[in-house]
Amino acid sequence: MRDFRLIVLFAVAFACLPFFTHSGVILNALMMALFACLMSQSWNILGGFGGQLSFGHALFFGTGAYAQAIFQIQYGVNPWAALALAVSISSILGGVLGWISFRYGLRGSYFALITLAFAEVFRILSLSSSITGAGVGLMLPLSESIGNMQFSSKTGFIELILSMNVIALLITLWLKNSRLGAYLQAVRDNEDAAKALGVNPLKVKFFAISISASLMGAAGCFYVQVFQYIDPNLAYGAHTSVSALVGAIVGGMGTLWGPVLGAFALELLSSLTRNFLGELPGINMVVYGSLLIAIIMFLPKGLIGLFSSLGAKPQTRGGIAVDSKLKS
Amino acid sequence: MKLLNVEDVSVSFGGLKAVQGVSLALEEGTLGALIGPNGAGKTTFFSIISGFVKPDLGRVQLAGKDITALTPYARAEAGLTRTFQIVQPFAAQTVGENVAVGAHLHCSSRKEALAKAREVTSWVGLSGIFDQKAGELTVAGRKRLELARALATRPKLLLLDEVLAGLNPQEIQDMLPVIQKICDSGVSVLMIEHVMQAVMSLAQYVWVLSQGQLISQGLPHVVTQDPLVIEAYLGQGTAQKIKRFAQKEAS
Repeated sequence: MRDFRLIVLFAVAFACLPFFTHSGVILNALMMALFACLMSQSWNILGGFGGQLSFGHALFFGTGAYAQAIFQIQYGVNPWAALALAVSISSILGGVLGWISFRYGLRGSYFALITLAFAEVFRILSLSSSITGAGVGLMLPLSESIGNMQFSSKTGFIELILSMNVIALLITLWLKNSRLGAYLQAVRDNEDAAKALGVNPLKVKFFAISISASLMGAAGCFYVQVFQYIDPNLAYGAHTSVSALVGAIVGGMGTLWGPVLGAFALELLSSLTRNFLGELPGINMVVYGSLLIAIIMFLPKGLIGLFSSLGAKPQTRGGIAVDSKLKS
Repeated sequence: MKLLNVEDVSVSFGGLKAVQGVSLALEEGTLGALIGPNGAGKTTFFSIISGFVKPDLGRVQLAGKDITALTPYARAEAGLTRTFQIVQPFAAQTVGENVAVGAHLHCSSRKEALAKAREVTSWVGLSGIFDQKAGELTVAGRKRLELARALATRPKLLLLDEVLAGLNPQEIQDMLPVIQKICDSGVSVLMIEHVMQAVMSLAQYVWVLSQGQLISQGLPHVVTQDPLVIEAYLGQGTAQKIKRFAQKEAS
């Protein structure tokens, strides 16, 4: 219930923000932060709750983006309908990849590698295929209107990405309080024990990757609508996969608000380093990287760990509590 | 009625014949124990019954239905749940969440599952630590958690793999009534146990496994007198020596 109220607050606060500021820098930063946030939220469902660490989430991002562009350019589909189609295609692709890799019991680094490989294969395929515009990429014709999902101001795009984020948050909240979520976390923590309790790990992971892929696909669609351009490196490049996972890891894996926190913090960090250290090319990346290492080293539970360790009451060690109970 | 019927199962790992032609039938509502020296194949045998290891030969029946080809989770749905010798808690989750995973087998609502979990945890004596992280529990606590989680699936047959191992004598004393209570509530239990005190006081029937083969079975006090069993534990010729020693003492 508390989380639901926070989601409402999150939605209302960011929906109103564009009406209080006209600063292009702030609005742009907010939009990019929300965009990164959606990707982290998507990665978190599979990686955080399911423990299946994907290094190739760009696969779903790029597929969503290309589908969104291709449906509009080649088939003249309305962008809103294209969004629905693109999200479904990403989701199906996620399911297929999940089925193939989980069917053969790939976990841990092997799963990470196969996702990476798939993203790379798709990048190369899109570089050489004509339907994706090969190396030239695809350009979306400019035609600003709500019906075309092209807004004349940043505000429209912010509302769009915000609503996608709210959907992602609601899905994650539902996951936290559902049987699927409980099973998913059980499989993450111990697959054999979960099996012994009647959990079918393949099915659970299959659903998780499908949901995760659909949200990542939505992020891809958003990207195309904002920048009106997509090429193989933007679509399937490793930087997209990395920003999806880094946000979730820095913020706190397997939590509802961790990815939000992580994505916003990283966006803030990268724009600060860019603005203050911009005259020394490359130094901003050094600072960014060092801070990232520091966060991962000193906050293994992510930024969200700061909040819970501040708020939590001192815990008794398990032993004492159990022993007193055993005597009874 | 036979709840569990294992017929002639064998499995080898490479050249090692871990289980060879073992048959076992457990009556409904009883508590049976499987004993044997280390490396006898007890845990492998449990893994065959619970579906984690596929037997090369033989079959497993639960309540008259052949379950040999079923996956572990399908067996759990059919009413057969196991615990693990090396406890496998979902360490990052609370005790309640751990148990709720088991409870979810028969109810999809989270609220209901948690309520059911609360019931089961208090039943095994863990109610005070419902919200504690499973990773923080002591061995005794983890063993109870393992038990609670399995019980939450409402099994017909519970396979307990050394739930008493690693506990101190006091903790064992506390645990015995819990196992007895489980059996009294109508759940059939098959347990692997090294703690003979538990076997003697709880088990209604005992099977002895040694080097992958069933060497003896029967009532607890009969089986423990079996020379074959004594020798399996203490080495060849020991039964004779003990007998001679006893005669000397008597004369």
